[in-house]
Amino acid sequence: MKFMKSSRRLLWIIAIITVIAALIDLPQNIQISIPWGKTKMQRIISSPQININLGPIKYSKSFNTRLGLDLSGGSHLVMEADMTKIETKDRDRAYESARNTIERRINLFGLTEPVIQKTKVGDSYRIIVEIPGISDASQAIDLIGTTAQLSFREEATNAAQIATPSSFLQVWPKDTGLTGKNLKRSQVAFDPQSGAPQVSLEFDGEGGKIFEEITGRNVGKTIAIFLDQSLLSAPKVNDKITGGQAVIQGKFTLAEAKQLSILLNSGALPVPLKVIEQRQIGATLGQKTIHDSLIAGVIGLTTVALFMIVNYGLLGFVADIALVFYAAIVWSIFKTIPVTLTLAGIAGFILSIGMAVDANILIFERMKEELRWGRDYLTALKFGFDRAFPSIRDSNISSLITCGILYWFGTGIIRGFAITLSLGIMISFFSAIIISRTFLRLIYKE
Amino acid sequence: MYDLIGKKWWFFIFSGLIIIPGIISMLFWGLRLSIDFTGGSLVELKVKDQKDSAKIIEESVKNQNIQLVTLSQTREKTYLLRLKPIDKDQNDKLQEELGKKLGTVDELRFETVGPVIGQETTINAIKAVIIASLAIIIYIALSFRHIPKPYSSWKFGVSAVVALIHDVLVVIGFFSLLGHFFHVEIDSLFITALLTVMGFSVHDSIVVFDRIRENLRKMAGDPFDRIVNASLVQTLARSLSTSLTVVFTLFALLLFSGASIRWFIVALLVGIISGTYSSIFNASPLLVIWEERTKKSKS
Repeated sequence: MKFMKSSRRLLWIIAIITVIAALIDLPQNIQISIPWGKTKMQRIISSPQININLGPIKYSKSFNTRLGLDLSGGSHLVMEADMTKIETKDRDRAYESARNTIERRINLFGLTEPVIQKTKVGDSYRIIVEIPGISDASQAIDLIGTTAQLSFREEATNAAQIATPSSFLQVWPKDTGLTGKNLKRSQVAFDPQSGAPQVSLEFDGEGGKIFEEITGRNVGKTIAIFLDQSLLSAPKVNDKITGGQAVIQGKFTLAEAKQLSILLNSGALPVPLKVIEQRQIGATLGQKTIHDSLIAGVIGLTTVALFMIVNYGLLGFVADIALVFYAAIVWSIFKTIPVTLTLAGIAGFILSIGMAVDANILIFERMKEELRWGRDYLTALKFGFDRAFPSIRDSNISSLITCGILYWFGTGIIRGFAITLSLGIMISFFSAIIISRTFLRLIYKE
Repeated sequence: MYDLIGKKWWFFIFSGLIIIPGIISMLFWGLRLSIDFTGGSLVELKVKDQKDSAKIIEESVKNQNIQLVTLSQTREKTYLLRLKPIDKDQNDKLQEELGKKLGTVDELRFETVGPVIGQETTINAIKAVIIASLAIIIYIALSFRHIPKPYSSWKFGVSAVVALIHDVLVVIGFFSLLGHFFHVEIDSLFITALLTVMGFSVHDSIVVFDRIRENLRKMAGDPFDRIVNASLVQTLARSLSTSLTVVFTLFALLLFSGASIRWFIVALLVGIISGTYSSIFNASPLLVIWEERTKKSKS
């Protein structure tokens, strides 16, 4: 009796997981004939036909299939930051600033969902930039590679009235000649009295002198700091500042102060960037590939399913059901994390379908043997699962080890493949053992 | 019971026949490496209908002081240029010149990989293969550590890895031949395929080894070769079934997915077939030979 209860409970758990997975798997913007038309996930979930209460769970997430560059088309760039002229202690800051500069410039072009990553390889400071989509990234690439320009500008005499957001350069038309070259570094500091975060600036000798002159003639006015023609900050000068040390005060949060200081640093520690790898992938190829892979997946799945039924009859059919569950769960996990799907990633997924049935084959072959050795069906079923387990475990762990090593050494495509394959292996553990055993127990409960 | 172990030398000879041509090809022709490993630039162009496009392209490349490695026609009116590494500026200038001479030229693809990156990819690939092998030996040795004396779990690990190296050699040799005769290049995806094949090969070997582990207890007292033979025969149906399902999925991928991963799938297909063979006909027989040698030298 106890045995029965536990399989009932498992069946419920499986059902719940499947429903959640199936909901996540639904494509976006699907027209559903419920009155409110284009529905969001939440609405479908709360539909009364499904007997789950997902009240406390908040879905602030959108479940999108995220496509890698080889599928969506786009540009892939690897840039190397030349740190030879930067002091060792400033390198990490300069690196972060360079990354920031790139991000800002890409956003300037309105390019969607860029991926910008720092990867330090040995002594080489690299930044990987991936810009998906068909948009012509060529202009952006030209700009990304240039070094950041920081400039300090003075107010025009009585021009403050015409300030509109688009004409900052008109408000501060006078270039002071002070540039990022003169700024040694910028840091977040704290006001010794109030403890409020502020941003400190440190100029070199020449810069300190120029800054003294500028502040001297602009007391009571603002000085604007521009980075690549866009306004960063326009602090008001309270006093003439000597000695090349200044602070920008304001109602900063710590994060804002940090952000400003990073931006200032990207001008202060300008790092020349060199493109060391570049790939551009057309998007039409991507569309066709998705379509082809989908067909390959369906055909692969069908062939495997047929093979299992022909070979193992009812057992095979149960394994097939587990396989469908498997595919649904894995796909939903891809969408949840989300895993960036590349061509190799999809191949890894389809390959894992083939491997997923392996656990079932191991179990069923073992059952056949146990039956041959004269056991009754239920015992054979139990022994099939129990005795096949060590080999399923060991073989899967060894595959996971290779996946781990792939992930560790690989970049881009290879990592994508390693992630999808290892997720596949782990989920197949669950589907092949738990799901198929639960079904078989229910079928053979008599 | 069918005697597989008795025919072990035939199996080794068969493996040799498959591997040796590949090794010879490796020695003479090597592998055809893509820019992923060598560094360089790839430019794919679609030109308007013009007779001597190839010649004009070659000239323009020379005019721009760019070193051309190969120029090949991929489809009708589509050309693939392999160049020494160039940057975007150089490419823009080249496109400009080609545009003037050939009318509208569509740039389908521009890829460039710096020589540093290429070198790293190569080193990482070799590292990955070696570390994966060591990790697998250690894992198997650990997970089989409870097998009855005097058998050593390390031998299981090493035998599995020898079978794995067999598969790596088969795939590499096969691609060396493909490279020489059909100009097939290997790229970083090839390394992915190779590592997957390694994982799969060990996966298969472990299933057989697991049965040997079980039978060492069940058939205690029987000679080792009989135990191994029984284990092989018992797991044969499973090994073939699993490989068939994977081969089916791979065939589906091969037939329906695009050209960009075709050779990746071929590498997997060759490797998995080889992996099935080696885990049945190489790994376990090797274990038998090794155990028998150890026994002889002790007595």
